[in-house]
Amino acid sequence: MRADRQEQELRFTRRALMMGGGGALAFLGLGARLYSLQVLETERYQLLSDDNQFNYHMLPPSRGRVLDRFGIAIADNRDSYRVLLVPERAGDVEQALDDLSHYLPLSQSRLDRVMRAVRRGERFNAVTVQDDLDWQTFATINLHAPDLVGVTPDVGEVRSYPYGPSFAHVLGYVQTPNDNDIANDDPDAERLLRHPGFRVGKTGVEIAQEHELRGSAGALKVEVDHLGRVIRELPDQSSNPQQGQDVVLTLDTDIQRFALERLGDQSGAAVTIDVQTGELISLVSAPSFDPNLFVGGISSVNYSALRDNDHRPLFNKAIQGTYPPGSTFKAVVAAAALEHGITTPSETVRCTGSVRLGNREFHCWRRQGHGIVDLRDAVKKSCDIYFYEIAERLGIDRIHEMGRRFGLGEHFDLGIAGVASGLMPSPQWKRARRDEGWSTGDTYNTGIGQGFTLASPLQLAVMTARLASGRMVEPTLFRNAMAPPAPHIDVSDAVLEQVRDGLRAVVEEPGGTSFSLRGLGIEGVEMAGKTGTAQVYSITAEERESGVRDQEDLPWRLRDHGLFVCYAPADNPKYAVVVVIEHGGGSSAATRPARDILRRVVARDPSSRPGVFADLGSDKSGGSDGRLP
Amino acid sequence: MAVFRESVPRDLPGKMMEINWSLVLLLVLLGGAGIGMLYSVAGGDWQPWAGKHAIRFALGFVGMLVIAMFPPRFWMGVSYPIYVLALILLIGVELGGATINGSQRWLDLGPIRLQPSEIMKIAVVFALARFYHDLPVEDVSSPGGLFMPAVIIGLPAALIINQPDLGTTLLLVATGGAVIFLAGLSWKIILAGGVASAIGIPLFFQYGLQDYQRARVMTMFNPDDDPLGAGYHILQSKIALGSGGFTGKGFMEGTQSQLNFLPEKQTDFIFTILGEEFGFVGGLAVLAIYALVLANTLAIATSCKSTFLRLMTMGIATTFSLYVFINVGMVMGVLPVVGVPLPMISYGGTVMLSVLAGFGLILGAHIHRHATPPRGAGLFG
Repeated sequence: MRADRQEQELRFTRRALMMGGGGALAFLGLGARLYSLQVLETERYQLLSDDNQFNYHMLPPSRGRVLDRFGIAIADNRDSYRVLLVPERAGDVEQALDDLSHYLPLSQSRLDRVMRAVRRGERFNAVTVQDDLDWQTFATINLHAPDLVGVTPDVGEVRSYPYGPSFAHVLGYVQTPNDNDIANDDPDAERLLRHPGFRVGKTGVEIAQEHELRGSAGALKVEVDHLGRVIRELPDQSSNPQQGQDVVLTLDTDIQRFALERLGDQSGAAVTIDVQTGELISLVSAPSFDPNLFVGGISSVNYSALRDNDHRPLFNKAIQGTYPPGSTFKAVVAAAALEHGITTPSETVRCTGSVRLGNREFHCWRRQGHGIVDLRDAVKKSCDIYFYEIAERLGIDRIHEMGRRFGLGEHFDLGIAGVASGLMPSPQWKRARRDEGWSTGDTYNTGIGQGFTLASPLQLAVMTARLASGRMVEPTLFRNAMAPPAPHIDVSDAVLEQVRDGLRAVVEEPGGTSFSLRGLGIEGVEMAGKTGTAQVYSITAEERESGVRDQEDLPWRLRDHGLFVCYAPADNPKYAVVVVIEHGGGSSAATRPARDILRRVVARDPSSRPGVFADLGSDKSGGSDGRLP
Repeated sequence: MAVFRESVPRDLPGKMMEINWSLVLLLVLLGGAGIGMLYSVAGGDWQPWAGKHAIRFALGFVGMLVIAMFPPRFWMGVSYPIYVLALILLIGVELGGATINGSQRWLDLGPIRLQPSEIMKIAVVFALARFYHDLPVEDVSSPGGLFMPAVIIGLPAALIINQPDLGTTLLLVATGGAVIFLAGLSWKIILAGGVASAIGIPLFFQYGLQDYQRARVMTMFNPDDDPLGAGYHILQSKIALGSGGFTGKGFMEGTQSQLNFLPEKQTDFIFTILGEEFGFVGGLAVLAIYALVLANTLAIATSCKSTFLRLMTMGIATTFSLYVFINVGMVMGVLPVVGVPLPMISYGGTVMLSVLAGFGLILGAHIHRHATPPRGAGLFG
């Protein structure tokens, strides 16, 4: 019994010590673990601890403004009251949105869009629920913000285009970047691009100058608690955002707005250019659209209305649209003829209304003919027969070469995308493109600006500016005070004077095709111009018989394009205006709007009026120096 | 053969002389550490935890000394009644307990809220120690000797896991198992039990656990996978500990805890705060104190003459040590988050009182280590 008892005691002690040993091992293990965490891995956890404790709140840069030539902001930023949602903090996003909808009615499509953004983004990235709240709603949400989990009222900046449609095609617009935009951008910019409400340029100047306009983000270091709530800010350890740079354009807001207004509901383009410097004063495509609609995400209804409109409001006709220059090209052909000496100003051609070439009949626009015409008359009256004759003598190569000299078929780098090159045809082109030989008939057509030749309103403006100033001006959209004066064009002054004299007669003399304008309408200032009609459709003999006689009898999309190029003052050219009206039914649709724009731009520039600031006006080398804003 | 019998003190001064003051000192150090950490966690305020903790510690300390004075004969007498009472309270919780954090653990008795599972931990030790005290040593591995302990452990375990409180259940089973082991269970049966566990535990894991409990076990293995979900607590705790470094960030300077990155920092994660603010040095010091407490109780247990006192002491010591291992292991990311407090330091009334009561019994065992109460003694027998 006693041995038993001793045996039992021993066994207990043995087993107790075994357990004690196990305990000792456990303590050793815990100590080792503590050592590994706190001594071996401490640096790693210190970093994580700082991450926990400090957070960087991104301070997005203000986007640079876009200014017109006088410093008026045509793309600006305004404050936007908005509501953000951080999915991670909200937990149940649908519940959070449901709670929010008590104070801010949210449409189903809005909810869908938010849910899509939530699913696409990271849980810790804020998503914009709604922009541009009115003050009342914003204040209400602010009041209830403590109860709305994960919902943050916020004041952000949003792009605004104060002149709406006026600059839509030039400026383009900004939008929230999509995954593609982010993938194609600088990887370092991804956080900024994903910042709620941050937008990038999508078209026009906004995308072309994205780099200058964007700036770079700053960061505000904040101390946060476990819920991400800011406890305090540490401005000393923060960096300020680098604000985007302003971009200055050569455009004049007043002329731009006026030009768009003047085009009315027509489909067309109006380009105003400083003939001495090539600076673009207006670059308008009509009809236009409101780029502000795109900034917040355009609704599909609005977008399809724009997309499906047969007047193509989204298309920048001023630089992308190309049209046969029609009779406006005759000025170039005239210059080529005189320059190459294949005619003289006094040589005459007899216009009977038509001319035969092989078995084809080529008509003058004036069926009864112009009679005896010299070069001046031919330009003034736009006689086709004269120019068939001249063109044949010149040959296509010399016409092509002179056309190129005046900028046709040339790609101008405006600094924005979509500038069309148009086409100055040549036999090589025709051979390569159509596998056909060049015919004299092609030369005839080219000689009067029909046929294959295509020019954008921008190119016509350059052509007119080079005719008017005798300088090889290049069109510019961005202000650059340092630009050197353009060199003289490789055409003699005497030739240019002859052509300009004809262009002045078009408007200023009875019998000119645009004499009905009665001039510029400014006392003592004469203008010069040239009409043009780009044929879209030939009225067939059957149609003629069935009563279709006129452009008005045709459906809109078959009517001819109307063109007018002009400049003023005729004796000291400053500005040129080109207007193209698509399917305007003839040049008359374009002449009056162009004249009105030209009058306005000349009237704004006192130096171009005789007698006023005459001293300053003598500076022919141009630049905008000495002109009043 | 003359048996030299060391005397058992019978009067109060004599008993006071026999108090194991080194153990008492270690407990005071732990209690003090708890008060200090709770003061820090509250951002340098006695409210809401440190003050209450101090008061409870003081009350529990007095209670501990009082308990130590009672002779083992008394505790043997109340062992079964206490067990039955604890069982009734557990059933009471089942029927009408308050639900806190998704589980029923508390019994609301007017001003006092009782956690019967805490009482049950001591009650099981009592019942088992009493049972083995009465059982002839050769019967420990007999069918009858196996059946009763299984019932004593199984009944409350079934009730507690139903609350559901996995951590306490495991503690209870582990403590009971330790007592059975110490009572002299044959190695054959231990081996058989081991095999049965190897088969039964995976099955239990699959079918016996609530989803959240399974998730907690799973996240133990890779808490970094889901840093904002179930693994959040462990990761934040590791960050706090790791960033504390060798000497810590200083008293009340723990950024993780002061900025509320840690959940339940005043209870389950108090060791994290300690490690963050006092570093490896502080953490190791506290672990060393716990180890010394364990060594002390082991010495007391082996010095006891009676089976009852030995098993009781070791049972209580086992519970206490498991608390420490599980809690510290959990906050360091080596064990799953099961919600076990750190004895003496974590905030919590029932735990504090039950731990101090347990040490009262251990101190009592030391005082009465030479006592040899007979088998089958009744309450007043």
